[in-house]
Amino acid sequence: MFSLIVGLVVAVVLIVLNIVLSKLSFPKEGRILAILVILVGYIYWGFEPFAHHEMHPHVEHASYSFDGKQDIEALEHAGKDATEIKAFWATIAKIAEHKGDAVAGKALVTANCTGCHSIKSEGFPEIMSDADAAASYGVTPPDLSIAGKVYDKNYLIAFISNPVKAMHIEHKYPVGGEKVFPMPASDFMQPQEIADMVAYLSDAAQKVPAPTVKKGASEFEISKAVNKEVFETACVRCHAMNYAGIHAKTTAEVMSKYIGATPPDLSQYIRSRGEEYLHNFINDPQRKLSGTGMPRVGLTEKAESQVVEYMTQIGDSKKDEREALAPKVLIYLTILAVFALLWKQKIWRDLH
Amino acid sequence: MAEFEKANSIGEWFDQRLNVKAFTKVMMTEYWIPKEINFLWAMGALLVMLFKLLIITGIFLLMYYKPDANMAFDSVNYTIMQEVGYGWLFRNIHGVGASVVFLVIYIHMFTAIYYGSYKKGREMIWLSGMLLFVLFSAEGFSGYMLPWGQMSYWAAYVITEIFGGIPFIGGDLVIWIRGNFYVSDATLTRFFMLHVLLIPVVLIGAIAFHFYTLRFPHVNNEEGEFFDYKKESEKYLAGDKANSKVIAFWPDFLSKDFMVIAVFMVFFFYLVFYNNGFAMDPVNFDKADGMKTPAHIYPEWYFLWSYEVLRGFFFEIGGVSGKDLGLMAFGFAQGIFLVLPWLDRSPMVKPANQRPVFKYWFWLLMADLFVLTIFGKLPPTGINAWVGFFASATFLGLFIALPFLTKIEAKMVGGK
Amino acid sequence: MINESRRGFMGVAFGAVAAVGAVASLVAMKKSWDPLPSVMAAGFTTVDLSKFTANKLEIVKWQGKPIFLLKFGADMPAVEKRSVKVGANYYSVMIGLCTHLGCIPAYRDTTKDFKCACHGGEFTAAGVHSFGPPPRPLDIPPFTIKDEHTLVLGEAGPEYKALIARLSTDSNIA
Repeated sequence: MFSLIVGLVVAVVLIVLNIVLSKLSFPKEGRILAILVILVGYIYWGFEPFAHHEMHPHVEHASYSFDGKQDIEALEHAGKDATEIKAFWATIAKIAEHKGDAVAGKALVTANCTGCHSIKSEGFPEIMSDADAAASYGVTPPDLSIAGKVYDKNYLIAFISNPVKAMHIEHKYPVGGEKVFPMPASDFMQPQEIADMVAYLSDAAQKVPAPTVKKGASEFEISKAVNKEVFETACVRCHAMNYAGIHAKTTAEVMSKYIGATPPDLSQYIRSRGEEYLHNFINDPQRKLSGTGMPRVGLTEKAESQVVEYMTQIGDSKKDEREALAPKVLIYLTILAVFALLWKQKIWRDLH
Repeated sequence: MAEFEKANSIGEWFDQRLNVKAFTKVMMTEYWIPKEINFLWAMGALLVMLFKLLIITGIFLLMYYKPDANMAFDSVNYTIMQEVGYGWLFRNIHGVGASVVFLVIYIHMFTAIYYGSYKKGREMIWLSGMLLFVLFSAEGFSGYMLPWGQMSYWAAYVITEIFGGIPFIGGDLVIWIRGNFYVSDATLTRFFMLHVLLIPVVLIGAIAFHFYTLRFPHVNNEEGEFFDYKKESEKYLAGDKANSKVIAFWPDFLSKDFMVIAVFMVFFFYLVFYNNGFAMDPVNFDKADGMKTPAHIYPEWYFLWSYEVLRGFFFEIGGVSGKDLGLMAFGFAQGIFLVLPWLDRSPMVKPANQRPVFKYWFWLLMADLFVLTIFGKLPPTGINAWVGFFASATFLGLFIALPFLTKIEAKMVGGK
Repeated sequence: MINESRRGFMGVAFGAVAAVGAVASLVAMKKSWDPLPSVMAAGFTTVDLSKFTANKLEIVKWQGKPIFLLKFGADMPAVEKRSVKVGANYYSVMIGLCTHLGCIPAYRDTTKDFKCACHGGEFTAAGVHSFGPPPRPLDIPPFTIKDEHTLVLGEAGPEYKALIARLSTDSNIA
């Protein structure tokens, strides 16, 4: 109804504008152009920005503090009890205050994690092939070499304490439900121990050298290699990137049992979802797509922007070329238009 | 065979064989256009330019595109967009061009309605123009299917499904059009053929015909004035160009057209480079999946008004289901513009704002089409459905009322 | 004069023969657009019902459409007008596309109903629309019952015809 009124108002405004401008002896062609621009602009506003605004309600921007604030707000907003989640994140905040000891952490990680997880950079190899691991755990466990820099520190603490709560997928793994998340919660450990483990992971990640690239590689190639490393750790356990020749480490069949759906190939997601959506979605999938099987991955702001940049470098690889060519073409066309105008004036001088 | 004398120049050589000089006169330098025109008269030339751009870019896309349900999506989004040199540019021009061509068609069409350029001898111009509109719509629809994304698939699904509403043969007809029980590889390949061969060939013929229809009634002018072309052209040829009411197609008219085209191209390439999302829907960058419907299905912007008429009637009236009513209204909307010259019963050929009754009708129609277009994209729930219903009913009402309103106008102006 | 009319007649005769050829070629062209035999053959899907468990939705693909097959448990009220009895059990056999805009609704085994994620439409286990924008119940595909645990989709058997006849008499459910 709002737009109906707007539509009628626009029609009336145009008629009035038409009359006023003609009284002011405003050049006729300018008047017509003004009306045309208003009409086209209005219709464009209607089927693009306005329609998108109506179809895709606004979502709070991504938050990278990983303090559970948004989860609590969401629960309270839905009128549900948030005490348990509040207590959980309060504990995480307490653990985060401890200063971790990387050496002690290494011993703890060796004893507790390397049975399933590889840390190749530190000399802990994979125990099984990707396929076997996927078959035994339901999903291929991630390598932890750069986990310390890809994932946020708070998030890692929360994840080690209770993976399901950290990932915000309680709906997939309800307490006492049939399915149990493959990685057990470690909230029985001492806060200091968890802090130590996270300190070690962070330490180990810092030691990993930058990915090697061919000599004389362009800046684009170098940044692509760096971003690819992050993307592989963050996404490739479940998702493929076919346009980069990257296959998901866990097969679609196993994934669909694990999560109830087949995770999509991400090759064109930069085009189909767009940068803003991807940021908000990766940061906390539940907020954009309630009930989705995709967990919150806990990427730091930097890692997340690297992932999105990589998706652009693969899915919209000609972006730089396009942006470089655009001003040249537009400047050329403007010059062409000036010449066309001059020629037309020359011809029409005789006609008036 | 006629005796040919030895030609003294290349020009003469061609003239002997092709009668170039006389042909140029008839087609260009002595083809007369009224002088009282504004830039809206350049839309025809602009459309020719856009059509050329579409054909040229289409040829380059055709070299790498694969009409196969398994390969189409990647051949567009990987091969053409990421690998082929400037493939992305050709696709952006083709995609944006297809959308913008409709913008210009609508401007062209409503210019004709506004200035009354469809009556008193100009009926064939209007009819051939409407034929072009139908052909461009078919071309746009068939081309939209080719990238084989989610919107391609579901637009094809919904539009072919419309034929299912035709009594008795509907169900079989849908299967016949699709070549399968659902939109599939067979559907893709046959629409590919239509898009790159049959419709373009017919389009080129129809464009030539449209030009031909202009020849005898002549192009209308800003004041709807009828004058003696012979007298005015003699004035022009005698050198009194300033007092003649006509100009030559070449170079006078085309110099203005080229100026408008050049200015428009700046805007067009701005869209191609910086703002192509409106023509290349994000949802279409998800590969077609017949088992998964997108949350919102909507056609491209230029079909929104008729799509809204189709779904505007969502409830039963007098024992006829909403679906059938919508289908009838849709058919009405598709056909009614065609008979516009016979619905307008006022003899006036004047710009709408000088016509006492028609001017209200024209702006109401514009406002209604805007409402239909905007609500055609929104989910048809709650209040939106009712706005759609009233706007659709208004659309039908406006056209039913037109003969009566223009009859009143005819009485008011007394046959002028 | 005789010559004139004779020439006229021959012209018409030539035109008529040419028209026969044109119509014949149109038939050939129409045929080339028909669905291929392999496509027609794939129009049937055989479903083995013996492994079904009650209250668990099974989806099979038939003519590119998802077909919902739901076995009713003893605790579920079978809407007999819409349910199909195969052997000793009642089943829902429906095209799994929301009658609103063709989305695929999801089955909720806790509440024993379907919920369409697109615009919030809901259907009962028997496929009757119970909430939201859907204008009618889920459509029923043609089927025939071969034996006590085999159903063939795509062929209109006597049970299907009887079911359609039942529904057409009751506009609340049809």
